[in-house]
Amino acid sequence: MTQIELRGVEKFFGEVQVIRNLDLFIDHNEFIVMLGPSGCGKTTTLRAIAGLETIDRGDILIDGKVVQHLKAADRDIAFVFQSFSLYPHMTVYENIAFPLRATRQSKAQVDLAVRQVAEILQITPLLSRRPSALSGGDMQRVAIGRALVRSPKALLMDEPIGALDAKLREEMRAEIKRLHMKQGSTTIYVTHDQVEAMSLADRVVIMHEGVLQQVGTPEEVYSRPANLFVAQFVGSPVMNIAEAHVAEEHGEARVRMAGAEQGFSFPRDLLGRLPAGSAGNGIALGIRPEGIAVEREPREGFLPVEARIIEPLGSHDIVDLQVGSQMLRARTKSGFVPRPGERVWARIDPVQAHFFDTQSGRSLGVRL
Amino acid sequence: MTTAVMATLDPKSRAAARGMSDLAIRNLFIIPTIAFLIIFNVFPLIYSLGYSFTDFRASMNAPARFVGLANYRELLNDPFIWSNFVITAKYVIISVVGQVLVGFGVAMLLNRTIPFKGLITTLLLLPMMLSMAVVGLFWKLLYSPNFGIINHALGLGTFEWLSDPDMALYAVAIVDIWMWSPFVMLLSLAGLSAVPKHLYEAAAIDRAGPLYTFFRITLPLVAPILMIAIIFRTMEAFKTFDLAFVLSSQPTTEVISIRLYKMAFQQWQTGMSCALAYIMLIMVLAITNIYVKYLNKVKER
Repeated sequence: MTQIELRGVEKFFGEVQVIRNLDLFIDHNEFIVMLGPSGCGKTTTLRAIAGLETIDRGDILIDGKVVQHLKAADRDIAFVFQSFSLYPHMTVYENIAFPLRATRQSKAQVDLAVRQVAEILQITPLLSRRPSALSGGDMQRVAIGRALVRSPKALLMDEPIGALDAKLREEMRAEIKRLHMKQGSTTIYVTHDQVEAMSLADRVVIMHEGVLQQVGTPEEVYSRPANLFVAQFVGSPVMNIAEAHVAEEHGEARVRMAGAEQGFSFPRDLLGRLPAGSAGNGIALGIRPEGIAVEREPREGFLPVEARIIEPLGSHDIVDLQVGSQMLRARTKSGFVPRPGERVWARIDPVQAHFFDTQSGRSLGVRL
Repeated sequence: MTTAVMATLDPKSRAAARGMSDLAIRNLFIIPTIAFLIIFNVFPLIYSLGYSFTDFRASMNAPARFVGLANYRELLNDPFIWSNFVITAKYVIISVVGQVLVGFGVAMLLNRTIPFKGLITTLLLLPMMLSMAVVGLFWKLLYSPNFGIINHALGLGTFEWLSDPDMALYAVAIVDIWMWSPFVMLLSLAGLSAVPKHLYEAAAIDRAGPLYTFFRITLPLVAPILMIAIIFRTMEAFKTFDLAFVLSSQPTTEVISIRLYKMAFQQWQTGMSCALAYIMLIMVLAITNIYVKYLNKVKER
């Protein structure tokens, strides 16, 4: 049961500003994932909350108390490091017991707590081993065990499974989720992997170049990205972004890609909802690959396009379509388009389309 | 990568290109060293073992007579020899403990970002690079009861550092500590800087205080390299000759190697002194072995 709040936090490394005016509120038992490319300031933010890094401006509050002047030890927060940071000269048992022994708890208390945590994480058989004899996944479990053993106010994790191989990552992801549902402590989790972020988070915090881009549930950031950065960072394959020109034609709206002769048809409604004056230019259309319908025969409302590249992914194919001077990637059934160079017909689902201001990158907030 | 490429080449052409085979080059480097070691180390070692069972005197022309274990028996029953060993043990303990405390302490102070760290470290290493005899001579001046700067600085009047029989051994040990702490410092610094910074962060998160962190994280992780420093310094201190010889002629500072020197080159009891040298060798080996055993145990973790 812990609330964490950041108010106008700023941080510089020399001349470089790594956190810019960051405001964030994290509620009791929330699982927050901070997502962003490397160097976006997410890890620095996490370390600042833990007290491993100082901040230059703003306040960090834990349960309403200002803590930025407190040392890490006095904030009662646990931290799981990307490199695990297990003590190499101690056994697994001693590693997990360390936070309790450091605060001089009684032997019986320590033993009970360590065994309980080991039980939850299923590492009881490993207790007498040294970290060097553990696999990556087990090292991670021990690191989490060491963090959980003293029931901290909040659990911070810095890319905790980034160093594991893909299969193990998937297992550990599920385990972390299960653990959070069971323990329910306030958790902040940093990653650059959007799949991890989407699958774990109650709310995702997306950062870029030290600036908070969007905070929202995984569903929100996926279906209503606040700007071009979020739109292209979340979701795989990446959302198509194409410069587009919107005009009225035959009583309906037409969205024409740059360099294309014909436009995709959209409901007339769109015209009135775009900001005045912007209808002509300065608009980028965003559409996820699954929002583009592809047919092999001409159909009403579909435009003829050329398939350029086909990436077979097993469960489905990703087909690159040439539309004017732009390339749109569409998702089709496996083997739907037999070979590159084929002429196909495509349509954009207006409901799944996003519109952005190319100048500011911000979403225009138009949903059809 | 390189070896893979090399392996694909025809060995004959490589040898031809260099004019010499790998084997020839290896021998060229190794044979002089081996020869040197045999002539100056192995041969005297074996030869002196032979002498230790005789009553040979290098000052006389008489041939060596085999006396069996008589030399060893006599030495081990000699209470004066034992008192030399006790003095040596005391000296070793004082100077090694002193060096570890000072050296490790200074290393802890230096193990952070401070201005001119490289320069400070280099300057601190200077004592180690001086000649033992020179160090002995100028510390004798520093210790001088009449004009020595130490008494002047500490306001001790005419305190007798080296002529006082009880103080002399400590005075010699202090010089040894001054001279060799930098060595322990250097190795400790290497050990300390090898402790990953993230372990300290983990300890801070785990709410460990500075003392707890030091004894549970820093010290155990530096222990192997500190152990190596201790092995070196114990062996050296056990063999100490020059410092004690130059600084003091007190019977209380007559460490075993001074005794050995007197026996060999003042009394010319060559056979007897060879036996004593062998007793010393066995002791040093035994002590080193204890350390090495412990070192291996520490390294296992």
